[in-house]
Amino acid sequence: MSDGLTRATTVPPPESKPVVELIGVHKWFGAFHVLRDINMTVRRGERIVICGPSGGGKSTLIRCINAIERHQQGRIIVNGVELTSDLKRIDEVRREVGMVFQQFNLFPHLTVLENCTLAPIWVRKMPKAQAEELAMQYLARVRIPEQANKYPAQLSGGQQQRVAIARALCMSPKVMLFDEPTSALDPEMVKEVLDTMVELALDGTTMIVVSHEMGFARQVANRVVLMDEGQIVEANVPEEFFTHPQHERTKLFLSQILR
Amino acid sequence: MTTAEGEHAIAEAAFVQRAQVTALPPPLAMRGVWGWLRANLFSSWFNFWLTVCMLALLGWIAYVLTEFLFLDAVWTGSDRNACLASEQHRGIGACWPFVWERLNYFTYGSYPIPQRWRVDVFFAILAIGVVWLLWLDAPRRDIGAFYFFIVLPIASFILLHGAPMLGLTRVDTALWGGVLVTIVVAAVGIVVSLPLGILLALGRRSHMPAVRLFSVIFIEFVRGVPLITVLFMASVMLPLFLSEDWSPDKLLRALIGIALFASAYMAEVVRAGLLAIPRGQDEAATALGLRFWPRMRLVILPQALRVTIPNIVNTTIGLFKDTTLVFIVGIFDLLRTIEVARIDPKWAAPVTSTTGYAVAAMFYFVFCYSMSRYARHMELRLSAGGRGRR
Repeated sequence: MSDGLTRATTVPPPESKPVVELIGVHKWFGAFHVLRDINMTVRRGERIVICGPSGGGKSTLIRCINAIERHQQGRIIVNGVELTSDLKRIDEVRREVGMVFQQFNLFPHLTVLENCTLAPIWVRKMPKAQAEELAMQYLARVRIPEQANKYPAQLSGGQQQRVAIARALCMSPKVMLFDEPTSALDPEMVKEVLDTMVELALDGTTMIVVSHEMGFARQVANRVVLMDEGQIVEANVPEEFFTHPQHERTKLFLSQILR
Repeated sequence: MTTAEGEHAIAEAAFVQRAQVTALPPPLAMRGVWGWLRANLFSSWFNFWLTVCMLALLGWIAYVLTEFLFLDAVWTGSDRNACLASEQHRGIGACWPFVWERLNYFTYGSYPIPQRWRVDVFFAILAIGVVWLLWLDAPRRDIGAFYFFIVLPIASFILLHGAPMLGLTRVDTALWGGVLVTIVVAAVGIVVSLPLGILLALGRRSHMPAVRLFSVIFIEFVRGVPLITVLFMASVMLPLFLSEDWSPDKLLRALIGIALFASAYMAEVVRAGLLAIPRGQDEAATALGLRFWPRMRLVILPQALRVTIPNIVNTTIGLFKDTTLVFIVGIFDLLRTIEVARIDPKWAAPVTSTTGYAVAAMFYFVFCYSMSRYARHMELRLSAGGRGRR
């Protein structure tokens, strides 16, 4: 997937303030130990790409960051707020974390514009006109302002995913989570979504991306992380990760994915 | 020419269309009324005979009904003699003077005659509310909802039951009857059961074990018991638990029984709708920072109720007809008033009962069929305009 994507040298350097901190995080689904002692720090402006075989806990890990899944041990601190069972804190964290899903999950009964203004109006208590202005701004940024009054079902998969990105951006999140954003797309639509994500990265958005788009990882990631069996097996800057993988499992994974 | 070239030439000759084929109209047999008839009614010998038999049956039913309701019907008269068969008048149809004379009783029951204007006003304000709520393009539907769910119940209670302070004398509910009672029971049942059913359905999916347990027990208990039993319990057992002064009146007890019963059924209908919504919808709304109630109100319920409209209407129609069961605990609904009137010696004739039941059938059919048509209209409207689900 490296067609036309050259390594961006203009990627801004990460600032020092950590946005997401995971310290010794464990999670179980019933008896299944899905996350095992995860330690990770994501600083402002950093872009992390998480890859690895399916069932390795990648999605679960990022879903723990906005408490869609709850971890059972360890600490998760987002934007200075630790996730506990305190619902107020969970709300506080969710307001600052944007998420984009594999299946887009747009609200089919609302127009594109209404999808984008829903959270600003009901969570941020923003006046409707202001929320619409903001939404149009972000829809322009993902280059589909002309679709604002259509319903999601009238859009292509790539357009829907870009709406989903705009919808998340409307909350001005401190960090964006992407859960395999291009896996459910038809091949000819992958590029338009990746291009949008590259633009976000160049603008300095903090991103954690679960993806197998290695071209994207090469181009924008500060670090590429390989997860397998609930553990972080390897984490490195992209050149090192791709050219000199340290771990056997990384080598195996790369040999399978980079045919 | 080599073999391969030869094969290539054959393949090309056989498969490839040389010239653009323009779109042609379908053959005559597919078009127009005849095309439709051929395709749908006379496509085979079996279908041909089926069509003929069905037409004959429909024709016969239509003839019998027309004969009874119109051709042989008695239109004037003042007592049973008009509706009796005689030498000149052998076949006797519907006895309309009986219905005409008893129409007020069918409508108001024993509601005091000088006060009946209050019932008329109630019917009028209810009709306004229903139209305002169901007409999707009506102006200010938010006020309409407020009017329907808040203003209307209070106003109706004051109107029908009375408020001595406002100069409206009290009318005991024992005097209420006929269409009035049927409408009141159905309206209360429908208006209470939808919100309560939604709460129970959400409760059944709750993460809080106590809420879930309560909802499951309530729903399963009420669904496991016939409506008649619920009505008996409401009218016989409830007074045992409450002191004499606190015992609510008979109609109110039946209303509570019906409302709770309908809620349990509505809860299951709504739950089916909730199950049809993919989990990703809730997750996406959660990720946006919406809390539980806004999430339900703005994202989940609009979709869940939409997919389940046919079932909600089905339950509502069932409830409307079930209201006739209140006669068992001594409440005079429409069917009960007809029952009472038809055994009146003044109109004792062989056709009196049939006429009365025909009136009841027409009344229920008009209401239930309207609901069904309205639901169909809603479905078509909601599925139009690209609002279809992914």
